[in-house]
Amino acid sequence: MAEVLVYVDHVDGAVRKPTLELLTLARRIGDPVAVALGAGAADTAATLAEHGAVKVLTADAAEFTDYLVVPKVDALQAAYDSVSPAAVLVPSSAEGKEIAARLAVRIGSGLITDAIDLTADDQGPVATQSVFAAAYTTKSRITKGTPVITVKPNSAPVEPAAVAGAVEELAVTFGEAATGTKVVARTPRESTGRPELTEAAIVVSGGRGVNGAENFAIIEALADSLGAAVGASRAAVDAGWYPHSNQVGQTGKSVSPQLYIASGISGAIQHRAGMQTSKTIVAVNKDAEAPIFDLVDYGIVGDLFQVVPQLTEAIKARKG
Amino acid sequence: MSLRIVVCVKYVPDATGDRHFADDLTLDRDDVDGLLSELDEYAVEQALQIAGDHDGDAEVTVLTVGPEDAKDALRKALSMGADKAVHVEDDDLHGTDALGTSLVLAKAVEKTGYDLVICGMASTDGTMGVLPAMLSERLGVPQVTLLSEVSVDGSTVKGRRDGDAATVQLEASLPAVVSVTDQSGEARYPSFKGIMAAKKKPVESLDLGDLDIEAGDVGLEGAWTAVDSATERPARTAGTIVNDEGKGGDQLAEYLVSQKFI
Ligand SMILES: Cc1cc2nc3c(=O)[nH]c(=O)nc-3n(C[C@H](O)[C@H](O)[C@H](O)COP(=O)(O)OP(=O)(O)OC[C@H]3O[C@@H](n4cnc5c(N)ncnc54)[C@H](O)[C@@H]3O)c2cc1C
Ligand SMILES: Nc1ncnc2c1ncn2[C@@H]1O[C@H](COP(=O)(O)O)[C@@H](O)[C@H]1O
Repeated sequence: MAEVLVYVDHVDGAVRKPTLELLTLARRIGDPVAVALGAGAADTAATLAEHGAVKVLTADAAEFTDYLVVPKVDALQAAYDSVSPAAVLVPSSAEGKEIAARLAVRIGSGLITDAIDLTADDQGPVATQSVFAAAYTTKSRITKGTPVITVKPNSAPVEPAAVAGAVEELAVTFGEAATGTKVVARTPRESTGRPELTEAAIVVSGGRGVNGAENFAIIEALADSLGAAVGASRAAVDAGWYPHSNQVGQTGKSVSPQLYIASGISGAIQHRAGMQTSKTIVAVNKDAEAPIFDLVDYGIVGDLFQVVPQLTEAIKARKG
Repeated sequence: MSLRIVVCVKYVPDATGDRHFADDLTLDRDDVDGLLSELDEYAVEQALQIAGDHDGDAEVTVLTVGPEDAKDALRKALSMGADKAVHVEDDDLHGTDALGTSLVLAKAVEKTGYDLVICGMASTDGTMGVLPAMLSERLGVPQVTLLSEVSVDGSTVKGRRDGDAATVQLEASLPAVVSVTDQSGEARYPSFKGIMAAKKKPVESLDLGDLDIEAGDVGLEGAWTAVDSATERPARTAGTIVNDEGKGGDQLAEYLVSQKFI
C-alpha cells in the first residue's frame, strides 16, 4: 500500500488531537508515516502507533525553535524524499499552512488548504472544503504532483488502530534559507486550563454584548460548567476584553465543535466564517433581529446577564 | 539608498454580498461587487508607515494580479498614499490557483525591484493565507509573516508574531517577505487630496509575456488543483427561538439535556 506522510503537531511529545484525526484520514489513502520534529519528537511514537502510524520519522535540532518555519520545511522535504508518499497531510494551523505551502512549491505539487474531509478515489485523494463563509461545500483534487493537503481540526473522529510502529531518526540537512528568520525572543502562551479552542467539543463565546472585560467571568463560568473552551468576537477582542488568541472568525480561529454557544454576538459574516460549521448552534441575544438567529438550532431572545448565569446554575444543579 | 516596498493587494468579491461559483467552478465575479481586500489595507498601511519612518526615502508600489476591475483595488491603495501601481492582467490568468498566483507575483515583484514585500495575512475570498510563504520560497528571501507589529531598522526587518503556542519576536535581513495581521493597526482612510492625487499616479500594466510566463503554466488549465463540484450549503433548518420570560436559562438547559450535551 502507498505511504502517506503526516506532519505531527505536538507539545513536548504530547500529540495534539488534530494530528490523530489526520491519521484517521490518512489511513483511507494509505499507510501513515508520521514526521515529528523538535523537543520530545521521539515521545510521540507510542501514541502515533496506537493510531495507525506504521513509522515515525523524528528529528530534533535547535534550528526548529530558533528560526521560523523553514527548518521544518527542510525536514518535511527530507521525509518526502525518503518516503515518496502518495500524499502529504498537515494540520491546518497558521504554521501548518505555511509549511505545506513552501513544501508544495519545492516539490512542484498542488496544495489544498483547510479540508474538512478526505476520501480516496482511483485518482487520489478528494478533499471537501467549506468556502465563502461556509455558504458552499466544494470537492477538489490535486492535479499536479503529490497532493499536499492541510486539514482543519474536528474533521474526522480519532480512531484507535494499533500497529507495531517503527521509529527512525530522520537525517536533515538545513538549507541556506533555514536560518533566514531568527526567533530572537519567545513568550509561551499561559495555559488557562481550559480545552484548546480549535479542538474543544463545546465552545462558549461572548461578544460586544458582554460589555466589559470583568463580565467575561459570566462566559467563563458557563464554559467551565460544560468543560468548554472560551471564544470571543472581534468586537470583544478589539475592546480589549478578551485575548486575541481566543477570537473566533475569519481573522481568528475557525472552530467546528459539537456545540457552539454565542452570547451577545450579532453574527456578522466574518464571525460566521469561523463557526458556521459547528454541529449545534445556540445563541443568546436581546435583539430578535440579530443575524445569529438565522443559524441557531436553539435561540433565546433575552438579556445575557439574566440567561447565562441561570443556565450555568441549571447545568451545575444537573451535574450535581 | 531608497527603500523599495512592494505591497501585494488582492481585488476580492465583497464578503457581505452573495458570493457564487460560475459554471466553470471559478469564482463568479460578475454578480457581486469587488473591492480591495480589507486585510490588504493593513499591508498598505504598514508600508506607508515604514515609508514614513524613512523620511520619504522610500517608494511604495502596490501590485495586483487580477482582472480589469482589479484596478479599483490599486486606485484605493494609491489614494491611501502608495506611489505607483503594477497590474498584472491577462485573459490566460482566469482560474489560476495559489501555486500559479505565487509564480506570477514572484516574477512581477522581481521585475518591479524590491527590498521588502508586504502582504495581507490572507485574502478574504480564498482565505488560504499561503501566498506570503510561497512568495518567500520562490524569491529565496526570508519569510517574516503574520506580524501584529512590524518595523524596519536599517537593513533588518523586525516584528511580533502571535502564534498558537507562543508570541515570538522575529528578525531577518532585507530583502524579505512580510505579512501583517489585522492586529497591526487600523488602516487610514483615503483623504480627498489622496483620492485626487491617485488619479495622476502611474499604473503599469503587465501581461504574461512581459513576465516570461507560459500561458499553460497558469490559468484554469494550468492549475495544480481542480474543483470537481461546488454545492450550496443547505440553509440550516429553522431553529427554535424562545423569548426569555424569566426562565430562558432553564429552558436552554433543558434543550442541552435533550441534545445530550449535559
Ligand atoms: C476583514 C474583517 C475581518 C473580521 N474578522 C472577524 C473575526 O475573525 N471574528 C469576528 O467576530 N469578527 C470579525 N470581524 C468583525 C465583524 O464584522 C463584526 O464587527 C463583529 O463580529 C461584531 O462583533 P459582535 O457580534 O460581538 O458585536 P455587535 O455586532 O456589536 O453585536 C453585539 C450583539 O450583542 C447583543 N447584545 C448587547 N447587549 C446584550 C445583552 N445584555 N444581552 C444579550 N445580547 C446583547 C446585541 O443585540 C448585538 O446583536 C471582521 C471584520 C472585517 C472587516
Ligand atoms: N491575486 C493577487 N494579487 C496580489 N496579491 C495577492 C493576490 N492573491 C493573494 N495576494 C496576497 O497574498 C496574501 C495572502 O493571500 P492568500 O494566500 O490567497 O490567502 C493577500 O493578503 C495578498 O497580500
